[in-house]
Amino acid sequence: MALAKICGLNSFVDFNVSRDENNYTQEIEAYSRNFINNAQLAVPPYMNPAEKLSQLAEGTDEAGKHLKIKFDHGTTTLGFQYKGGIVLAVDSRATGGQFIGSSTMKKIVEINDYLLGTLAGGAADCVYWDRVLAKQCRTYELRNRERISIAAASKLLSNMIYNYKGMGLSIGMMLAGWDKRGPSLYYVDSEGARTPGKVFSVGSGSIYAFGALDSGYRWDLTDEEAYELGRRSIYHATHRDAYSGGIVRVYHMKPTGWVHISDEDCKDLHYMYQDQKQKGLN
Amino acid sequence: MSILAYNGGAIIAMKGKNCVAIAADRRFGIQAQTITCNFQKIFEMGSHLYLSLPGLATDTQTVMEKLRFRLNLYELKENRKIHPKTFASMVSNLLYERRFGPYFVEPIIAGLSPVTYEPFICNMDLIGCISPSNDFVVGGTCSEQLYGMCESLYEPDMEPDDLFETISQALVNACDRDAISGWGAVVHVIEKDKVTVRTIKTRMD
Repeated sequence: MALAKICGLNSFVDFNVSRDENNYTQEIEAYSRNFINNAQLAVPPYMNPAEKLSQLAEGTDEAGKHLKIKFDHGTTTLGFQYKGGIVLAVDSRATGGQFIGSSTMKKIVEINDYLLGTLAGGAADCVYWDRVLAKQCRTYELRNRERISIAAASKLLSNMIYNYKGMGLSIGMMLAGWDKRGPSLYYVDSEGARTPGKVFSVGSGSIYAFGALDSGYRWDLTDEEAYELGRRSIYHATHRDAYSGGIVRVYHMKPTGWVHISDEDCKDLHYMYQDQKQKGLN
Repeated sequence: MSILAYNGGAIIAMKGKNCVAIAADRRFGIQAQTITCNFQKIFEMGSHLYLSLPGLATDTQTVMEKLRFRLNLYELKENRKIHPKTFASMVSNLLYERRFGPYFVEPIIAGLSPVTYEPFICNMDLIGCISPSNDFVVGGTCSEQLYGMCESLYEPDMEPDDLFETISQALVNACDRDAISGWGAVVHVIEKDKVTVRTIKTRMD
């Protein structure tokens, strides 16, 4: 920070500086825009970048090729509130088309001790904005000597990504946390939606996850029942949805912060549930 | 997305010492949605002759039934078992007949000669270009992954047990890198005096 001050770097864009007064600082700022302000991304030099970008994404270039970057969309994530806090459960498969790029991806981001985010959509988009959010939450803590509320954090995120609406960001995430008002769970996406709620599931496998989740959900679940409900819902989604799979990760948000409950392989879960079913029938 | 990848699937056939093996996954799905995990993709067309038709599932079944019809006619007329090579030509002809509106299947044939019990495997494209092979053939949506596994695991003149192990490992590990293949697997090992069919435990995601 001290070095940045000596170099004359500001943490915000100062509109009052006249154009010709200090060429040197202007140049530094122009070449390190994102370095100074993380929420600022480079956009193409059009009058209305969002409009032009969406035109480019829909249409084709001179060679007839589509210009849109195609992202990995396959995921199943879920989160629900119950009397013991919030349970988050996710799969771990990363696909590019039908190719499985990774089976061990971490789709829950630990933003800080009292805030978790889940990823669905473009992996880089989610991870980048989560990291920017983590920085902003920490800055808030230092400035105000108290932790940021989940409502505020989700709004920060929502507002940041809303600036790039229509430009191809692909994010569907849940934010779960515990603040002085208690636990809360928010859904935020790149289309601009931001809504609090009790039960959410996001991603291509969410329809299957909801099937299991809705049939087993109650407010007064015990902790163990809640973990098992989350785990089982994700397992069912991985079984039916080709673009979900790998490891089922379960997290619990408590008044004392998040706790990592389990990482279990879908294969082990499948054969365990199969055994249980057979024993139950006999 | 290609229509050949609408239902998903992975098939592999390998030559061993006086034996051949053919293996397939068991998924029937519609794009991302898995419908069943016990779908038949390998068909017995004779005592030592097996056919698999990876591709569009509806065409898999249609082509198999049309071939079974032609095969019955052949065997009634000739009063003898068909040679896998002859059967391959029969498949090829059926597919080329639809040159300008093809069936979306890429067949794989594995078998032993009814006279000499010499192993034979081949695959072909969707309009019937036969390519016989001395070691292994693969097909389906994860053929790149299957080729990778086969190139590294295959060795010539394997005994039936080794052949089973190799073909199973190749199939299972290739399916782990493909979103629309897997959900169980079945392996046939074809020898002169017996055919062993085994279903193998795999990941179910």
